[in-house]
Amino acid sequence: MNQAIRGAWVVAVTMFALVLGSLTYVQFFQAAELTANPWNNRQLYQDFDRQRGAILVDGRAVAQSVPSDDQFNYQRVYGEPERYAHLTGFYSLSIGSTQLEDAESEILAGTSSSLFYDRVVSLFSGAEPGGASVELTIDPQLQQLASDLIPEGQRGSIVVLEPSTGRILAMVSKPTYDPNLLAGHDTSIVAENLAALTEQPGLSVYTNPATESLIAPGSVFKLIDAAAALESGEYDAESEIPNPPALEFPGIEYTLPNFVSGGCASRATADLEFALEQSCNTAFAQIALDLGEEALRKQAERFGFGEELSIPTRVLASIFPTDLTDPELAQSAVGQFDTRVTPLQMAMVAAAIANDGEQMKPQLVSSIRAADLELIDSPQPETLRQSVSRETADQLTEWMVNVVDNGTAAGAQVAGVKVAGKTGTAEVTDSGDNAWFTGFAPADDPQVAISIVMENVDIPTGQQLTSPSAKRLIEAVLNR
Amino acid sequence: MSDVLTAPRSRRNIELVLLLLALVVGIGANFLANLGRNEPLGDYFWSQALTLGLMGLFLHIVLRFRAKYADPVILPIVIALNGIGLAMIHRLDLSALSVNPEFTPVAPQQVMWTAVAIGAAAVLLLVFKDHRILRRFTYTSLIVSAVLLLLPLMPPPLGLEINGARIWISVGFGTFQPGEIAKITLAIFFAGYLSTNRDLILLAGKKIGPLQLPRFRDLAPMAAAWVVSIGVLIFQRDLGSSILFFGLFMVMIYVATSRVSWVLIGLAMIAGGVFVALELFSHVALRFDSWINAFDPDVYNRAPGGSGQVVQGLFGLADGGLLGTGLGGGRPDLVTYANSDMIIAALGEELGLIGVVAIVMLYVILVSRGIRAALGTKDGFGKLLACGLSFTIALQCFVVIGGITRLIPLTGLTTPFMSAGGSSLLANWLIVALLLLISETARRPVTSTPMKNSFPEPVGVTGKIGRTRAAREGTR
Repeated sequence: MNQAIRGAWVVAVTMFALVLGSLTYVQFFQAAELTANPWNNRQLYQDFDRQRGAILVDGRAVAQSVPSDDQFNYQRVYGEPERYAHLTGFYSLSIGSTQLEDAESEILAGTSSSLFYDRVVSLFSGAEPGGASVELTIDPQLQQLASDLIPEGQRGSIVVLEPSTGRILAMVSKPTYDPNLLAGHDTSIVAENLAALTEQPGLSVYTNPATESLIAPGSVFKLIDAAAALESGEYDAESEIPNPPALEFPGIEYTLPNFVSGGCASRATADLEFALEQSCNTAFAQIALDLGEEALRKQAERFGFGEELSIPTRVLASIFPTDLTDPELAQSAVGQFDTRVTPLQMAMVAAAIANDGEQMKPQLVSSIRAADLELIDSPQPETLRQSVSRETADQLTEWMVNVVDNGTAAGAQVAGVKVAGKTGTAEVTDSGDNAWFTGFAPADDPQVAISIVMENVDIPTGQQLTSPSAKRLIEAVLNR
Repeated sequence: MSDVLTAPRSRRNIELVLLLLALVVGIGANFLANLGRNEPLGDYFWSQALTLGLMGLFLHIVLRFRAKYADPVILPIVIALNGIGLAMIHRLDLSALSVNPEFTPVAPQQVMWTAVAIGAAAVLLLVFKDHRILRRFTYTSLIVSAVLLLLPLMPPPLGLEINGARIWISVGFGTFQPGEIAKITLAIFFAGYLSTNRDLILLAGKKIGPLQLPRFRDLAPMAAAWVVSIGVLIFQRDLGSSILFFGLFMVMIYVATSRVSWVLIGLAMIAGGVFVALELFSHVALRFDSWINAFDPDVYNRAPGGSGQVVQGLFGLADGGLLGTGLGGGRPDLVTYANSDMIIAALGEELGLIGVVAIVMLYVILVSRGIRAALGTKDGFGKLLACGLSFTIALQCFVVIGGITRLIPLTGLTTPFMSAGGSSLLANWLIVALLLLISETARRPVTSTPMKNSFPEPVGVTGKIGRTRAAREGTR
C-alpha cells in the first residue's frame, strides 16, 4: 500500500507544483500585461488613496485633493470650476480623466520617473509620497475677464498668448461645466451628472474647444494668404490685384462674392493693404489661384497647420484641405470649404506675426514642484519654427494695424496703443456664422496675441463679441 | 519495501517552539493589517490573539497528554494558516467598514468558529484514543454521510439556497455546510470498507493485457463515489465539492488497490461526468466559458457567471507582484468573495508572490506530514484515512488556487483553514485531529501493544493486527 501512498504524494506535490507555477506566471511574468489591461482600475484606486498634486494658478489651487472620509482617502476638488474646467479637465473614478488631469497624471500622482528621487527619499523618511503640483501660465484676472466676455449661452472660445514666449495667459470656452460633478466617488451619481451634462447643447466635457474643436476660420485665414503672397516674392505692397464684386469660374455655376455691404465695392482693383482692410474675398481668391494650393498649404503648415501639439494637453492639427478644384481652392483661401482651425491655432498665427515671424510653442504649464515644493521642471520658451521672414512679419503687422485703424476691426482700437488685428466671418450654417478676431498689441512691442471666436451668431452680435472684447483684453494686459 | 523508521521521541517541545513561531506569524499578520489600514488595535486584535494563542496552547497540552508522539509540525502549520486567514478576513472587514459603517464584520465570527473548531479537535483527541476505533463506525459513517448530504436539500427553513447552490442548512445562529463534515465521514466509510475488502477486490477480476480489471460487483464503491459526486453536482449544484468528493474516492481506491486500471476507470467516469454536466447544467458550462474566454468583454460583464471575479483576482495578484503591497496596502476588496473563495488572490496581492508561495509551502509540508503519517501507521484503515484526508487538502488547494490563477475553471471552494466560513474550518480542524491521531500511532514506539477489539473480522482475511508484513502489504 505504501507504494500507492507515495504515488498519491507525488500527485499531490505535482498539483502544488502546478499552482506554484501558475502563481509565478500570473504574479511575475503576466503581471505587466494584467496591470496594463484597460479593465484594471487598481492603479486608479491607488491614485485615489494618495494625495494627488494640485493644479495651481498664480499660487491658488484650481484643482486639489482634500482628505475624504469615504472609501478613498482623498477627494478631488475644483475651485472656480467653470472658469478652469476646460483646462483642468476632471479626474474621475468611473469615466477616466481628461485634459491636464490626464496629460499630467503621472506628475500629479507622483508616479512620474522625474519624481523617482523624491519617492526614494520618502521611502526612507517615511513621509507619505504626495504628487507634484502643476503651476499654470494662466493669469487669473485675464482668465476671469475672458470668461466674462463670453455671454452665458454663447458658444465661443478666447485664447490669449504671450507672443515672445508662447505662454498661454488665458484660455476659456463656453459653454462650460463644473468638473466637481464628475469627480465624486459615487459612480452612479457621476453617471447621472454626466448624462445631464451630455444633454447640454454645444458642451462636450471630454474636450477643450480652444484646442480640440476645428472651426471654419473665414477671413482670418486671409492673414495666411497675405503671408504666402509676400513670401512667394510675387507680391508686394504695390501689387494691384483685380477686385471684382464676384469671382466666376468657367464651366460651373458657382460664384465667389465679396461681402455685399462691405467696403470692397469701392475699388475695382485692390492692393493687399486695402484687400485686408476690407477683407475682399475675390482679391485673395485670385492670389490663391495664382500661387496654387501647394504654396498656400506650405505657408499654412509654417504657421503650424497639420501638426498636433501637446501643451501638454492635446491640440488638434488644423486643416488646410488637399486636392482642390479651383472653386474649392478659392473658397479654402477665404477660410471656407474644408479649412478648419482651432482657436489656439489662430492665436499662434497672430503671435508668430507679432514675434517677427518666429513662432513659439504654446505652453500651459509654467512649473512643476514636488510635494516638498522643490522645483522639478519649469518649461523654457521653445521656438517651433520661423513662420515668415521678419520683413513679411513687419509688413503684415503694418497692414493689420491698418485693419484696426481703418477697417473691419475698428472695434479693437485702444487709445494710445497700436493694435494689429483681423476679423473673420465664416458662413457655416443657415442660422448663424462664426465670428472671429485675431490680432496682437502693441504692434511695435507685442505683449499679447489674441484669438476670439464666437460660434453660430448673427453678424452684428458677432462683431460686438469679438473686436471690442479684444480691446478689453488688450487694455487689461497693458494695465496690469 | 522497507519499513519506515520513526524515532521514538515525542518532539512536543519542538512543537511548542514552532507553535510560538506560528502565533507570531498569525498575530503579527493581524497587527500589520491594523497598521497598514491605520486602525488602532481594537478588541478584535486581542480576541484574535488570545483565541489563537490559548486554543493553540490548549491543543498542544492535549497532545502532550493524549498523543505524545503525534507529528510536531502539523499543529503549528495549521495555527499559522488559521492566523493568517483571520488577519486577512479582518483586513477585508476594515475595508468594507470604511465604505459602509453598517457592515457586520466577518472576522469576529470566524474567531468564534476557530475556538469551536480547535475545541472540537481537542474533544476528538480526548474521546478517541486511537483512530482505529473509527473503523467500527464504517457503515454508520455511510448513513451519517447520506444524511448530511441530504440535509441541504430539505425544504426551507432547514435547507437554504444561496447563489444557486444548495449546500447550506440553517442552524439558528447562522448557516452550516454539512457537506464539509460529510467529507470526513465518507473518508471514514471508504477507509473502513476498502481496508476490509481490498484483498477480495484485488484477487478477483479478469486481466486484459496489462490491466487487471475489477469484477463488476467490486465496482460498487466506485459507483457509490460516482453517484455521490454526480448527486452533489446535480442536486446541490456545487461543482467544487463534487470534484473534491470524487478526488477523495479516487485516491483512496487507488491506495487500497494500487491499480492504475481503477484510476483510469475513475478518470473515464470523471470525463463522462464532466461531459454530461457541461451538456445538462448551464452553471458548469458557464464556468468553462468564463475560464477559457475570461478576457472576452461579454463574458467579463456577464452576470451571473461572468469572469469578472477571476479577472479582478488576477489583477490583484498582478498588482501584488513579487513583493506584494503589504497587508492593508492593496485593494483586495475589489474582488468579490475576497475573504472566502478568493482569499488566495487577496493574500497574493498583499503578501506578493513570495508570501503566497510561503503559504503554499506550508500546505505542501502539511500534506506531506499527513502522507508521512499514512506511510508510518501500520493499519490499512489508518493508511487509507490519512492518505485520503491529506490528499483532500492538496486537492482543495489545487482546485482553489488553480481556479484563481486560471489554470483550471474557477469553482467555489474554500481554502483550508483560511477562508471565512465556519463549517469548512471545523471540518478541516477535525481532519487535523485525525491526522494527529494517526501520526501518533505511526510514530509511537513499537513497544505499545495493538488495540484489542478494534477490528471487525474481515471476510476471507486473517484480520489480526499481528499479521505478517506480507499479508499486511497485500499483493502489490
